[in-house]
Amino acid sequence: MREVAVVGTGVTQFGYLWEKSWRDLAVESSLEAIKNSGVDKIDSIYVANFTGGTFVEQEHMAAIVADYLGLLHIPATRVEDACASSAVALRHAYMEVAGGFSDAVLVTGVEKMTDVVTSQGVYSLAMAADREFEGYQGVTFPALFALVARKYMNDFGATREQLASVAVKNHKNASKNPKAQFHNIITIEDVINASMIADPLGLFDCSPMTDGAASVVLMPLEKAKKLTNAAKPIKISGIAQATDTIALAQRESFTSFRATIEAGKKAYEMAGKGPEDIDVTEVHDCFTIAEICAIEDLGFFEKGKGAQATADGLTAIDGKLPVNPSGGLKGKGHPVGATGIAQIANLADQLRGEAGELQVKDPKVALAHNLGGSGATVVVTILEVV
Amino acid sequence: MLTIPRAWREKPQRYLFKGGKCKDCGFVTYPARKVCPKCHSENIETVDLPREGKIITYTIVYSAPEGFGDFSPYPLAIVELTNGARLMLQIVDTDLDKVQIGEKVNVVFRRLLVEGNAGIIIYGPKATVVEDK
Repeated sequence: MREVAVVGTGVTQFGYLWEKSWRDLAVESSLEAIKNSGVDKIDSIYVANFTGGTFVEQEHMAAIVADYLGLLHIPATRVEDACASSAVALRHAYMEVAGGFSDAVLVTGVEKMTDVVTSQGVYSLAMAADREFEGYQGVTFPALFALVARKYMNDFGATREQLASVAVKNHKNASKNPKAQFHNIITIEDVINASMIADPLGLFDCSPMTDGAASVVLMPLEKAKKLTNAAKPIKISGIAQATDTIALAQRESFTSFRATIEAGKKAYEMAGKGPEDIDVTEVHDCFTIAEICAIEDLGFFEKGKGAQATADGLTAIDGKLPVNPSGGLKGKGHPVGATGIAQIANLADQLRGEAGELQVKDPKVALAHNLGGSGATVVVTILEVV
Repeated sequence: MLTIPRAWREKPQRYLFKGGKCKDCGFVTYPARKVCPKCHSENIETVDLPREGKIITYTIVYSAPEGFGDFSPYPLAIVELTNGARLMLQIVDTDLDKVQIGEKVNVVFRRLLVEGNAGIIIYGPKATVVEDK
């Protein structure tokens, strides 16, 4: 098996982008990634997208991306696993390169969420849950994570203020990220007093509807090292995926995500690393409670201690372990199909020392955590400076 | 738009509230499955589920998806039935402040949703908190 590296990366502006279609966004991030990868030929494409069928009435998107990039006749594959679509696509691209089938693979994640009204968007997103046994009861994604938040607060005595500190931190980080959807600083009081979405989660506990795309180009590490006109290669030293029950009610625990624990274990083992080796991480903070569970399930903090750790500033850019320096899904925005690849692109910037005002001090090892649905699919990726 | 067969074939779980019990390890699921998620046995029998349970965790939904706006704000709860089966249920006919972790509930039969303007009306289980007498 060959070692695999991220070479080119490309991320569009995230936000309400009325002037751009999903196609424009996918082409934009793809071209940026291809151009700064330094390769002259792409062998294969993966396009990750959650629900183009309901957001923009378009399926079969991978062929369109190949077509509009002028890369016809090579394989182009659409991947869908809810909000984890693009990290799942990354894993397939990794296997294709590691296995020797291709030498340069483009992975593009894209989502166009603002062509529909909010209630229709909420309905579309709810399709990532169990339609018949959750959706028919009126389940929304904020509701699923609110059920987790309520149980977490009950079991560990966590407070609304502690949960809110996740959103405050991520907005602060996003304010320095030029591509983020939000640049406004918010306070604990703003989060707690915001309109209720699904009790105990208010508007500022939730990631927004976002348009955006993100791309990476993967190559064999040895070949990437020989490229002279490209960005510094970043090695993927671990990548693992795990599943859990689709319906939240069937889980063994409501305060811990088993798929995160399992994918984390496998990724750490593959990379020969542990939680203590990670210098910076981007985790799937679709809701404030999701970041708290993630930093516990990945082994950075003891179960039940993540909320207090966040409130204490341990996860700030200058903290013990910087979590979501990009602003995370909460501040940067969450175009679902693009999120997993945006995390990889952001962490590659960190490891290259090119993250600007978001730069963490001298990181060598980074971890990305991308979660689909209410945790039925999780991918954990470990990146390293070569 | 839902077709009639899509609702009709769900009769056992949605209209008759039946689940599956593993004859080998005793694990009960709602709905019934072909394979036991605990011991992987395919020796599953269809059983009537108890109508009594308790709330494991809950939320109150204020921002509803399409088709549920009329119900908002509505509580949702993960309910554990007396035989251990767990399911997601909307809580109805209950004051919002009575919806609490550990409260006892009864499963009731209610309208779930109507698909589109001319779609059929789908019924199924919801739950109501049992008031202490």
